[in-house]
Parts: sequence; structure tokens; C-alpha cells
Amino acid sequence: MSQFNVSNIFKAVVIGGSAGSFQGITKILANLPENFELPLILCLHRLKHVRNGFVEALSLKSVKPVTEPIDKESIRKGKVYLAPANYHMSLELGHSFSLSTEEMINNSRPAIDITLETAAYVFKEKLIGILLSGANRDGAMGMKKIKDRGGITIVQDPSDCMIDTMPRAAMELTKVDYVLNTQKIIDFLIELNKQYK
Amino acid sequence: MFDSQKVYSGSGNSPGHGSDKIQEVEIADLRKITQAVKNCYGYDFTEYAMSSFKRRIQRILELYKLPTVDHLIKKIETEKAFFEEFLPEITVNVTEMFRDPSFWREVRDHIIPNILLNHETFSIWHAGCSSGEEVFSMAILLKEMGILDKVNIIASDIDKPILSKAEKGEYIIKNMELNEKNYIRFQGTSTLKNYYEEKNGKAVMDQSLIKKVSFRNYDLVRGGVFNKFDLILCRNVMIYFNQNLQNSVLKKLHESLFKYGYLAIGSKESLIWCEIANKFIVVNNEEKIYKKIKE
Repeated sequence: MSQFNVSNIFKAVVIGGSAGSFQGITKILANLPENFELPLILCLHRLKHVRNGFVEALSLKSVKPVTEPIDKESIRKGKVYLAPANYHMSLELGHSFSLSTEEMINNSRPAIDITLETAAYVFKEKLIGILLSGANRDGAMGMKKIKDRGGITIVQDPSDCMIDTMPRAAMELTKVDYVLNTQKIIDFLIELNKQYK
Repeated sequence: MFDSQKVYSGSGNSPGHGSDKIQEVEIADLRKITQAVKNCYGYDFTEYAMSSFKRRIQRILELYKLPTVDHLIKKIETEKAFFEEFLPEITVNVTEMFRDPSFWREVRDHIIPNILLNHETFSIWHAGCSSGEEVFSMAILLKEMGILDKVNIIASDIDKPILSKAEKGEYIIKNMELNEKNYIRFQGTSTLKNYYEEKNGKAVMDQSLIKKVSFRNYDLVRGGVFNKFDLILCRNVMIYFNQNLQNSVLKKLHESLFKYGYLAIGSKESLIWCEIANKFIVVNNEEKIYKKIKE
């Protein structure tokens, strides 16, 4: 009997993270099933002026290579995408990425809210949103949008977070489906992936 | 507009993403809006990228406290003055000087020296210059190379008020901090402070930098080819268009380049999906600089 209520209806997983999330996301990427079926879309707060290095750092231990999409690139199964520095990353109907240099939101560009909200709009109930450690409230509204559109929401357990402001903000704003530590998030993704075999 | 000052309070309920008070904007609404704008003013936003266009509309609804899209449409149709405020809100005018310093180093160290091999004077087009930060960056670069007077520059934007802002060259002093950081990473020969004066909390750029720049109100979507250039900068402009529109704008840019002229786009844009990609070669993939090799 599975500990999570998952099925194979899902089309994408989107993850937001900020201060203190690097360790968690690295662990998740390192323990991802090699045949992970869904696109994994990451929006992590990062230095605006440092274009290079982050993708490489994340790819180092990752099971799959991490890439930054180019504007209008199609979203493909089984790929891992990271929002590039100093751009907001949106999803478009028709399953492609759009980048933008609009105003910062929550002091951030990329802003997690933008990626999460547009992903919720595109994938509706077929989306899983995960919010990790962070020191501001970015991502909370995005998680609410995912929940409102019928998707699954997961936050990193505040006690497992280096800084718990971000998951807590999401928990205040919406009813999240799962509060999990990093290992449990990995278990969730493994369990999820089994649904596709 | 582009200045971050007026934009967000720290409440987390930023315009354009969030507040539940305002209805969710649907695709049908966006179509109605673009149709109204097209009918009344001729501007064509029908092929703008949906996600950001929708965000801009949502932002305007919140800024002007309009409860529904129909209110917005009525305002567009009946108030010309409102439309003039609407336009710069729809187009994104967030920019910085020397954005991607490594790009500017490449322009200074390779692209322009290459152009100079064959031409004593040459021409540059900033397509979508917004509030002018990029134009001033280029002028400073050229001045430091000692060739500012040898270059003809045209800077264009869809929006007149933004264009006059660019011409004025006055920026919020707070923004100069980031610009200065970028300039240092660009490794200019001076300090950015030498190119502006502080007046009433604004950074007023040295007007001699842009005395040869001609500013032009031009819409990339509707405008025709008006000149030929050796270098076109169109960075982070086409990201607001869908692929179809990107293709047609790119054809225009291609036609506006001399053979062997250069095209620079944003660091996360690409020509690879464009129909006429084969008429360019990649000069620098990291900085997204291309060279036209075929008419």
C-alpha cells in the first residue's frame, strides 16, 4: 500500500527553492529515478549577475543533466529545467517556456511565483508543486494557484528546512497536501514514477 | 513603468500576480483586449507571448483598480490618454546598463574591431531601446574605444514616452548601483560616475554621449525596413513575442542588416527555431551574437 495518493495523470513536477534549498535540491536530483518520466522544472533563487556555474553545480551529482531553457523551448518528458539567472521563467499553453525580464517579484528574478502560477495554468490538476527551504514568501501564491487548480502541493517540512519562512508562508496561504522532509520528497517522486511503468 | 520604486509594497500581493479581488484573465479576454487596441490605435499585440501579456494585463487591472476586463476595454476605447499610459505598462521596460557584462566585453573586444577592419564608419540599431540604458552603454563603450563620432546610432522603441525618457537620459540614482557594478564587470576604462551628474536624486547622463543618436518611434511588429546596419541589438525584445511573430520580426532584422553584419539577441534567446536561421552563422553562442552570411 502506497503512503502517497498518486497516479499517472501527472504531466509535470515544478520545484521552487531559495536560501538553504541547495542541499535539498541536490539530494533530490541525485536520487531521482534514472528513468524519471516527467519534466522536472526548477525555479531557484540565484545570483542575478552570475549566468554560469549553477547549472553545472546542480548537474554534478544529478542523475539527469540540468539545463536552462532557451526562450520558447519545448518542455520535454524526463528533462530537468532550471530558470536562468535574471529572467523570469513562464510556461506557455502548448508546453513551452517563455522567458521575461519583467520587474522583480518578491525581490526576485526569477520569481518562483511566476513559474508556479504559469505551470498551474498550463497543467492544472496534472501538476505537482514542491516548495523547499527559503527566507522569503516567494512561491506561496504560486502554491496556492496550484492547489486552486487541483494540483498536488508539497512543502519541505519546516523542521527539515535551513530557513522555513517559505514553506510556512505557503502553508499559511493554502492547504498543502504533504509536508515532507527531503528523503520523503524523494520517496514521493520514486513512488510517482512507478505509476508510469 | 520600469522604476521599481513605484511598483511593489512588501506585502507579497504584488500587482500582476496574486490578489484574489480581481478576476482571473482568460484567453478570450486577452483576445478582446488586443482586438480593441488594434481597432482603436492600430497596435497589434495578438502575437505577443501569452504568459507575460496576461501578466501585464493583470497588473494594469490592479494598478488602475479595474474590477473586470470589460472596464479595461471601455477605458481603452474611450480614453486616449489612458491608452498612452497603458502602452508602456504592456511593453516591458525593465533594463539595466551593461546587462551581461561579458556580452559588452565581446562587443568591444571582437565584434567592433571586426567591423572596423572593413569600415571606417558604421551604423548600429538598438531595436527596442526602452528607456535607453543599452544606448548609453554602447555610447560609453564607443567613447572609450575613441570611435563614438564614427558611428551612427539609431535607437527605436514602440512607445513614445519611453523614447523621450531615453533621450533625456535621467535615471533613478538607486538604479545606478547595479549599473556601476555591471560597468565594473565590463571592465571599462573609467568609472560610470564620469558619465553622469547627480541632480535632484537623479543620475543625469552626459548628453554628449548621445548627440549622434537618432531616436525613432518604431513598432517592430508593424514597421517596415527603413535602413541597413552593421550591427543590430535586439536583446530581450523578441522574448515577448510568440514564435510566429519572432519569425517575422527576424526576417525584418535580417533585411535590415548589411551582408556580414551582426545581430545580437538576449543571452537566453536563440535563432535555432527560426525559419531563416541558415542565413546566419553563430559568432558567439554564449553571448548570442550572429552574423548574416546570406541575403
